[in-house]
Amino acid sequence: MADARSLTDLFGILGPRRVGDSAATVDSSVTPVTEVSYPTQALQKFLRCLQGADNPLILDLGPVVGNNVTFFGEHLGCRIRVEDVAADIDQHVKAGKLEQLPEFLAGRFTQAPGSVDGILCWDILDYLDRPAAQALATALCRLLKPDGCLLGLFSTADTGGQVYTKYVVVDESTLRYRTYPALRQRQRSLLNGDIIKLFKDLRVSDSFLMKSKLREMLFRKPALRA
Amino acid sequence: MWKRDESVKPATPPAQTPAATPSAPVAAAPAASEPRTQLGRDNVNIGKSIIIKGELSGSEDLTIEGHVEGRIDLKDNVLTIGPNGKIKAEVFAKAVVVLGEVTGNVTASEKVDIRDNGSVDGDIASPRVAIAEGAHFRGAVDMQRAGAKAQAKPAGPAPGSAAPGPGQPQTQKVGA
Repeated sequence: MADARSLTDLFGILGPRRVGDSAATVDSSVTPVTEVSYPTQALQKFLRCLQGADNPLILDLGPVVGNNVTFFGEHLGCRIRVEDVAADIDQHVKAGKLEQLPEFLAGRFTQAPGSVDGILCWDILDYLDRPAAQALATALCRLLKPDGCLLGLFSTADTGGQVYTKYVVVDESTLRYRTYPALRQRQRSLLNGDIIKLFKDLRVSDSFLMKSKLREMLFRKPALRA
Repeated sequence: MWKRDESVKPATPPAQTPAATPSAPVAAAPAASEPRTQLGRDNVNIGKSIIIKGELSGSEDLTIEGHVEGRIDLKDNVLTIGPNGKIKAEVFAKAVVVLGEVTGNVTASEKVDIRDNGSVDGDIASPRVAIAEGAHFRGAVDMQRAGAKAQAKPAGPAPGSAAPGPGQPQTQKVGA
């Protein structure tokens, strides 16, 4: 018994115990998957925007998350189209054709202009350089119906981790952030003014600075005047 | 000292039981031993080696482990696409459970359930849709509810949002 303790002490001398050593069976070459829940303010507003629409069409730019499909479907009785833009970015990185990304994103969506009620942009713009971000933002503005809304998350701090985040809706006021490996890291975080310029055809309806170091922003397309 | 080995032995035989019974006979065995009325519903299997091209319709629950191309119509029954099943078809059923691959649109009056490792390339129309972690899905989901819109809250800007101009934040909250 005393032997075991002294061994522990011996290893203690070699250096501090790292958190997560006990789970070392996981392949260390793989980016660790983390999962943390944070409150959200903008999601409720996004839902409220769409609750009056009849069978609204939502465009989700993240990866497919079953919980989200179920959540939005049950809350809004909507149509959801999942268009994983992160996968597009990874494809372009793999092919070494990142310079073609703006052109690709400009023609990426097949939906008719003004046909989408809501867009879940999540934080995908953080992974794009300025020309690609502008191309995507312009395409999204064109897709959105008058009075439609767009939910975007923007990092307020430069983070070097090469991971994407799946935002899993737990309920109207909670999102679970689940990271997964990415081929591209976040680009320089966008300033508030930059974001507003990107979506110059939309108006900022709500903006929340969250403790998760994300800015949640809800944009709305101005309604047509009669 | 050797007693430990003996105590381990009894744990092994139960593991052989499921291995000795392939999936198709398992489905057939209870049907033979129990009367169909007790089962309450029939379940038919299309085995791994079966390939069907054309229209498949019926009034029994169906499990497909083989290949089907064309159209599947089981409007009042449950369709299960097994892990080996490969479907290239328009699918209509009461409920659809996907463990294999589906290419084509899926319409269910009750539920579509894409399980882990299941794959759907096509649009889904159903009031309830469940997509498991690890499942593949590419397409659109339509979960329109009948008559639910009557109770919906009116759309429009939040209270106190007196139409700010483009680019002007309506509210700004920090530290939420």
